[in-house]
Amino acid sequence: MIEMAEVKEAGDGVRIDMISGERMQGLASMEKIRMILDGVRDGNIVILEQGLSPDEESKLIEVTMSEINPEDFNGIEIETYPRSQTDDSSFLDRLMGRESTSKLTVIGPANQIETLHKDENLISALVSRR
Amino acid sequence: MGLFKGLKQSITRVTDRLFADEDQKRIGIYGPPNAGKTTLANRIARDWTGDAIGPESQVPHETRRARRKENVEIKRNGNSVTIDIVDTPGVATKVDYEEFLDYDLEEDEAIRRSREATEGVAEAMHWLREDVEGVIYVLDSTNDPFTQVNTMLIGIIESRDLPVLIFANKIDLDESSVQRIENAFPQHETVPLSALEGDNMDEVYTKIAEYFG
Repeated sequence: MIEMAEVKEAGDGVRIDMISGERMQGLASMEKIRMILDGVRDGNIVILEQGLSPDEESKLIEVTMSEINPEDFNGIEIETYPRSQTDDSSFLDRLMGRESTSKLTVIGPANQIETLHKDENLISALVSRR
Repeated sequence: MGLFKGLKQSITRVTDRLFADEDQKRIGIYGPPNAGKTTLANRIARDWTGDAIGPESQVPHETRRARRKENVEIKRNGNSVTIDIVDTPGVATKVDYEEFLDYDLEEDEAIRRSREATEGVAEAMHWLREDVEGVIYVLDSTNDPFTQVNTMLIGIIESRDLPVLIFANKIDLDESSVQRIENAFPQHETVPLSALEGDNMDEVYTKIAEYFG
């Protein structure tokens, strides 16, 4: 079972989890998605050092959609940079799992992030407390 | 004997599958909500088959189920290409039922619509991973194309090696900027059009035949 380290109750604050590429590397796709969505549904901001592969991003959208409900979850905000490098890698690279997915990724609950702006080298998030 | 027969049947099945759909590709129409995907799908379907695909509307997430129109034969320059068009729900990472209340929907109806919308987006992602062989990516050219949903979807399409054409829709509107879309996705061909007014549809059909024929 994948769990984040135990931390004190956040209270009125906003918790930010910065997850290293090394920690993500050992996880299966669905474990990564579960870890992200569990964090975001708890109201946390999740920052991934190395991001997700395009296929994992596609599954993240799909699973997010299946969990949206009017009572307590209306989805995620997500920003990444730099852009995915997939178009630079060859088909063989991707087949062999050598795809470059290194992109800083910020994910948070849509109802708490008022602005999530991105330019070439800055991601800016304004997060409201629960 | 049985082994050879079985092997032969297996090879026949594989080759049948490889070549069966060679002439008829399933083309998914993707993009964010309100880009004009259904308006485009309807125009293509009406121009070449006489029928529409689905209802159009100003309310986001009007299309909440993927809809397929089979055997759309497009004739260009003496050749013809036949495609299946799949009109998909607009992709988003969030759906808030309260946004529908701005369009004079009752709360119950807004909640139902948002639930169907989320199912539709999940369905669209599934189609993209499993069931389409080419993509028409539709953008509203009056909006900023540098959004995370667009970047992620184009990345997903590229990672699957699917042929993709980007359509810069709504060029009939004053605020339209095709250049902004070309700058956002320089690695792909961008075709300007107005699906509503039927502007530049000749080039649209020529490019569809060229890319997906």
